[in-house]
Amino acid sequence: MRKTKNLIAAFCGASLLLASMSAGAAPKTLVFCSEGSPEGFNPAFYTAGTTFDASSRQLFDKLSSFKRGTTEIQPGLAEKWVVSPDGLEYTFHLRKGVKFHTTKTFTPTRDFNADDIIFTFMRQFDVNHPFHKVSSGKYEYFNSMSMPDLLKEIVKVDDYTVKFVLKRPEAPFIANLAMDFASVHSAEYADKMMKAGTPDKVDFEPVGTGPFQLVSYQKDSNIRYQAHPNYWAGKAAIDNLVFAITPDASVRYQKLKAGECHVMPYPNPADLEAMGKDPLVTLLKKEGLNVGYLAYNALVPPFDNVKVRKALNMSINKQAILDAVYQGAGKLAKNPIPPTIWSYNDAVVDDKYDPAAAKQALADAGVKDLKMKIWAMPVQRPYNPNAKRMAEMLQADFAAVGVTVEIVSYEWAEYLKRSKEKDRDGAVLLGWTGDNGDPDNFLAVLLGCDAVGNANRAQWCNQPFDDLIKKAKVVADPAERTKLYGQAQVVFKEQAPWATIAHSVVFQPVRKEVVDFRIDPFGGNVFYGVDLK
Amino acid sequence: MFGYFFKKLLVVVPTFFGVTLVAFVFIRTLPGDPVMLLAGERGMSDERHAQLMAEYGFDKPILVQYGIYLKQLAGGDFGTSIITRQPILQEFATLFPATVELSLCAMFIAVFFGLPAGMIAATKRGSIFDHSVMTGALTGYSMPIFWWGLLLIIMFSGILGWTPVSGRISMLYYFEPVTGFMLIDSLLSGQEGAFVSAMSHLVLPAIVLGTIPLAVIARQTRSAMLEVLSEDYVRTARAKGLGPQRVIGLHALRNALIPVITVIGLQVGVLFAGAILTETIFSWPGIGKWMVDSIFRRDYSAVQGGLLLIAAIVMFVNLAVDLLYGLINPQIRHTD
Repeated sequence: MRKTKNLIAAFCGASLLLASMSAGAAPKTLVFCSEGSPEGFNPAFYTAGTTFDASSRQLFDKLSSFKRGTTEIQPGLAEKWVVSPDGLEYTFHLRKGVKFHTTKTFTPTRDFNADDIIFTFMRQFDVNHPFHKVSSGKYEYFNSMSMPDLLKEIVKVDDYTVKFVLKRPEAPFIANLAMDFASVHSAEYADKMMKAGTPDKVDFEPVGTGPFQLVSYQKDSNIRYQAHPNYWAGKAAIDNLVFAITPDASVRYQKLKAGECHVMPYPNPADLEAMGKDPLVTLLKKEGLNVGYLAYNALVPPFDNVKVRKALNMSINKQAILDAVYQGAGKLAKNPIPPTIWSYNDAVVDDKYDPAAAKQALADAGVKDLKMKIWAMPVQRPYNPNAKRMAEMLQADFAAVGVTVEIVSYEWAEYLKRSKEKDRDGAVLLGWTGDNGDPDNFLAVLLGCDAVGNANRAQWCNQPFDDLIKKAKVVADPAERTKLYGQAQVVFKEQAPWATIAHSVVFQPVRKEVVDFRIDPFGGNVFYGVDLK
Repeated sequence: MFGYFFKKLLVVVPTFFGVTLVAFVFIRTLPGDPVMLLAGERGMSDERHAQLMAEYGFDKPILVQYGIYLKQLAGGDFGTSIITRQPILQEFATLFPATVELSLCAMFIAVFFGLPAGMIAATKRGSIFDHSVMTGALTGYSMPIFWWGLLLIIMFSGILGWTPVSGRISMLYYFEPVTGFMLIDSLLSGQEGAFVSAMSHLVLPAIVLGTIPLAVIARQTRSAMLEVLSEDYVRTARAKGLGPQRVIGLHALRNALIPVITVIGLQVGVLFAGAILTETIFSWPGIGKWMVDSIFRRDYSAVQGGLLLIAAIVMFVNLAVDLLYGLINPQIRHTD
């Protein structure tokens, strides 16, 4: 505690940060023990949460945003928006008086306006845009959200109105624009850097409108931010934010205990009990926006037979997996979307654990002495803390119904590559963490016919299911969408392309002096709105 | 002496060339590719994958890629990181001082404690001290760095609160790096307490990284000293009535140092290997952790460039050690 106070008091000695101090008041510095270095500071280039924590979630704003700690959409840099009746035109009315950061290399001469929106999106959309290839940019999120196929044009109506014209209706479009890749950059800064012959500075010395601005970055060591004094939603409660990069989870906990940091992500599961009892620490927890599953290959016999898939699902003792693998930090999954997402169909009944019935069902399906492979991920992921252990438990469950399982694993990149092959031999353990809180982000991305041979690891293309999710994607009415997704979940359960295993619970320890830190359902760390006692 | 130096240099050139080939092939033999990792669970269409592979130039025949790489190297270009889009040389130069600082301190600890421990153990052969040193050395050599590091953190940072947990300096201090060496930069900053903070952050990682070299040096010094102490000239020196300090310090130690210096030179490679784990545990921003991250991310340019630069440094140190032999023992440069 004493160390923390000292840390806070002395950090204000840094001359760069003095500007943020109000006369006489002790500045508040929050130290976050982050798990790794960001790949860079332009979130449009990357897909990793570590990078988004360091960039988009502190430095930038988007047109729309997620209400802190929820998946609820709220206005961001756009005060409001209007969708045309045919769902093809989205007109955004921009917020006035929004200031960009002032840095060592850039002093903005104007407020945020429509030019910044045009610059941000056209850079990613238009391959001939002067900034498209700057910093060898690859816009993977923009591409994977099908934005190049979706967007027809982006029009500046006036300085504070922008219109996005789509080629087809897309109900989750507003949610997509709240994602990290849609972080808004300063067109004026880009112009200035281009004229100076250093266009890549836009990506490495970022200027945004976000609640914090970058002070310095020392790779693999620390990132320092200060509160944006003119933030449009009001200055952040903390004056300085420091990311102390600490890759090892046990060391992060030691630093938290020693008062060297206030918040840490990804605690070691083995430390959770001690954290819960630690008088200096509050252990926050929240159901994760994720699902861990076992995907059969519906294109390869006998897994093309729904009876076989259902029988295998009945043979899995999911509660035992939850206890042993998730150590209680999870919730049994029956649907392919987590209960925290709207349209979750709680009326769906899960396959009952019944090895005897499973054995009989396999015999009825004409399957005898089945031998199969189960692929176990070589890495720990938020939705599956120990895939190898899970595979061993599945192996034992399947053995009990007469199915012989061989467990295979590959190095992570190879695993991702091979697991999407259509003729893949065996069932794959994998999972997903949502990007934007929309059911489409799970159901279409992971189970749509268009995703077969790619993120649809079950290689399952079911026309009634696909029709339902495609219809839900173009319908604007939320009630109608909820109904359609609810029906899609029923079809999913009947067809059983996956064995849905669990939705993990996310834990985040913070020190007691931290006020109002909220776990982000998307797995991020947002510090605007957080205070220190 | 020049001929001796020239001969040694001749060996270095093909070795360096070999390293470029090994570094280039090594990262490409690993399964998976950086483009696939970029997409994660989300996946990527085959068309997009092929497009990105082509944009990075990974679709070209491997020999062509190697040729391009050598051409770039000849121009002093170590490439640009696929992930961070930063020049490799710049990333290396930013992180290298941290590893050097840590390695030098670790080596200082290893030599400062290892040499005397080995010498005393040899002169007091069979004593409790000798057995203690040898048992300690074996234990030190056998301890996994990761476990040892965590143990020290829990003991000295967690329970006793004597040392900081990790990092290079307290977050209290902020100054722009000048040399990249935190001890020097903290002094240059003029901020009160900065140097002490940097020193206190260095203690545990240096002990952890220096443990294995310390054990090796102590054992090597002991065995070299034992061998030398049984030589005729030592017996003669003693017979002539020279004091033990003069016999051990002048006659025995100088000759015993040759294999010890060889071992110290070889420990530079060990230090770089150990730095990978030490840097990860202590959040030390050096090249060890950078290399591991680059391998996991299949950042071809970073791995190639990093391996090459590290190999060049290890070769340089070994060359320096070889030259040092020549200085210590003129017989070597004449017979080699």
